[in-house]
Amino acid sequence: MNTIKSTAIVLCICAVTACKREHRVFDPGSSGSQIANGIPLNEVHAGGPLSVPDHGPYEQSAYAVGEGKRLFSAFNCVGCHNHGGGGIGPALMDAKWIYGSHPEQIYSSIVQGRPNGMPSFAGKIPDYQVWELVAYVRSLSGQLPADVAPGRSDEIQVKKAEQAKKKEHPPDESPQPIQKGQP
Amino acid sequence: MSLQKMNWTVHFSKMSAGAIAPLLASVAIVCIPLGCHKQLQNVESPAGTGGQIHAYTGDMEKDDGQWVRATKDYANTRYSSLDQINTGNASGLKLAWTFDTGVPRGQEAAPIVVNNTMYVVAPWPNKLFALDLTKPGAPLKWSYDPNPSPAAKGEACCDWVNRGAVYADGKIIYNTLDGFTIALDANSGKLLWRTHLADITKGETITMAPMVVRDKVFVGDSGGEYGVRGWLAALSTKDGKVVWQAYSTGPDKEVLIGSKFKPYYAKDKGTDLGVKTWPPDAWRIGGGTVWGFLSYDPASNLIYYGTANPGPWNPEVRPGDNKWTSGVFARDADTGEAVWFYQMSPHDLYDWDGINENILLDLPIQGSTRKVLVRADRNGFMYVIDRNTGQVLSATPYVYSTTTTGVDLQTGDLKRDLSKAPKTGQEIRNICPTAPGAKDWQPSSFSPRTGLLYVPHENMCADEEAEEANYIQGTPYVGVTDRFYAGPGGNEGELMAWDPINGKKVWTITDKYPLWSGTLATAGDLVFYGTMEGWFRAANARTGQTVWQFKTGSGIIGQPVTYRGPDGKQYVAILSGIGGWPGAIVSGDLDTRDSNAAAGWGGALPDLKSVTTPGGTLYVFALP
Repeated sequence: MNTIKSTAIVLCICAVTACKREHRVFDPGSSGSQIANGIPLNEVHAGGPLSVPDHGPYEQSAYAVGEGKRLFSAFNCVGCHNHGGGGIGPALMDAKWIYGSHPEQIYSSIVQGRPNGMPSFAGKIPDYQVWELVAYVRSLSGQLPADVAPGRSDEIQVKKAEQAKKKEHPPDESPQPIQKGQP
Repeated sequence: MSLQKMNWTVHFSKMSAGAIAPLLASVAIVCIPLGCHKQLQNVESPAGTGGQIHAYTGDMEKDDGQWVRATKDYANTRYSSLDQINTGNASGLKLAWTFDTGVPRGQEAAPIVVNNTMYVVAPWPNKLFALDLTKPGAPLKWSYDPNPSPAAKGEACCDWVNRGAVYADGKIIYNTLDGFTIALDANSGKLLWRTHLADITKGETITMAPMVVRDKVFVGDSGGEYGVRGWLAALSTKDGKVVWQAYSTGPDKEVLIGSKFKPYYAKDKGTDLGVKTWPPDAWRIGGGTVWGFLSYDPASNLIYYGTANPGPWNPEVRPGDNKWTSGVFARDADTGEAVWFYQMSPHDLYDWDGINENILLDLPIQGSTRKVLVRADRNGFMYVIDRNTGQVLSATPYVYSTTTTGVDLQTGDLKRDLSKAPKTGQEIRNICPTAPGAKDWQPSSFSPRTGLLYVPHENMCADEEAEEANYIQGTPYVGVTDRFYAGPGGNEGELMAWDPINGKKVWTITDKYPLWSGTLATAGDLVFYGTMEGWFRAANARTGQTVWQFKTGSGIIGQPVTYRGPDGKQYVAILSGIGGWPGAIVSGDLDTRDSNAAAGWGGALPDLKSVTTPGGTLYVFALP
């Protein structure tokens, strides 16, 4: 009797696992709802542009950008990128962006790190401070309005203030402005 | 920036006042015998400054016409007895063949030549190439790809450089940026062993050229800008097992300081000074890395090497002498036990690594022959040190300095002008020499025919401000913002011929850019060196006159070597490829609108990207 019972249980377990093995998910939900899709690293998105979250509050706040500048030294970003001219890591004050110039792309670079040397700061920097850093990083190449970008530095002067930085035009900027060459 | 412009103005006004006539004269002297090649117009007038040429009387290691280690011989002379190419015929040097490493980053490696094969290590990803010198054009025999971690690139302060391999007992041994030492069968390229030594997650990398004594290979770490702890390890060449490891900071037991340790100066005597000369636990992240060249004296069985800067750069957070950083160790080559130590820059203020090469010579000093090591230190002094005892016999300034006034030979102390000490939150101006020092890693050579050292170095000053430094594992630990500019005269680089007995220059050649390549001296009375613009030159070892030059495809920051080919001809080889600390401006595509780019070089090299482009090509020259 017991043998029959246990055989039945074993058969049931096998049947259940076998069922899972054969189970197929035909409707996993829309691709836009998948968090794993994350943040695009370049400006081309299959099926047209994504709607992106609003990071305006940080980029519009002189306080947030000023905090970003302080954190840029405190978290040793300066050690690799210096004051925007780069060194161990790439320059951040020019128009070139290996992993994208958009705020959410810079956010990803800081949090995830990048394979060619950028360390991951995941779990090291609170989320709002990452966004403050992102806003400051964008001010280095003149992406923020002059009334928001920092006008002074705590360290010796090694470059023009971010406030006075002429806007660079990264290749993934949209729409692309018509640029005039020097006569 | 404004200061730099001022220096240039001073330079040109001085030129017009006194330097034009001798300059023209020297151009005329050079032009007459050579038929006035157009490119020779840039040659600058060598200036005699009181030193003398006198043939060396000491012994030299036997020369086999090969180049088995970066330093040529154990004494680090980088001198070759080959004289087929000499002052009389060097103007006829022609390109024989080239080889592209495929990596357009700083090429600091010395090509290694042994058994008619040349071994070239490229910057990260650190492929090693074996070239067959017996065939026309030296085709590739085999190559080895160590597949290093790409993350290592973010942990290397000064480009992705490697300073070359070493040959011993049928093995070719080298290091990778991500912290491995690798031994290959020199004939087949087959992997023999591979040992993990440096941990990139802590900011440790390896860039140095290893050295072999008998059955041990010596390897040290890089990462002084990342809060690492420096060490030198001895690995068995048979199986790659670590035989001993000597740290540069911490308790005596881990520094391998024991009963054999007899430092010359009282301040280096005591227990656990590698702990006591630091704030609590700061020695654990205190630097003292070992990324320079090693020397070896078979007579005493001692190895010599320098330790790098203490970390962070901001000196205010690490009161104390910060032992055993910025100094020289003499150690037993078998056991690693320390025998003596001398600290050139106690409590370093400016990133003055002590890693510069130690050239072992036997020199007549005050009537007797002394076994010495001679080193052109980053702090601006040329030291002559008794290599058996660690006693400093002389320390002579060789560059303009605002930061030091001399070396006290009784106590061994570096005498400083503390008004130039960095302070947190305060700008200090006109610090000379600056962080890369009077001379960085670029190795000198020595010719026994002239008795002169040929020292490539810098002439730089800086303004800097110390800042709070936060230790975050795997990220830089520096705490200084600075901007460099040319020192008096306006030239950022110089090649000087130095008389080590009288402590004086014999001639100098100035260069607009820092001279970041090593030098090679030959029995043909030639000194080979390269410039950041890409010129590869041969100077007359006695006069400094340029005898020959060739414009390579990229800036030169490498180590020239020479060898006898299987056809009996003498060849000279150099890797061309801008990079390294200053050259990262080009290889890393930095933005010099930030004077602090490359940790201070941005303002000093605003036009470097317009005079050279990234490259990575080996050039080999011979007479037709």
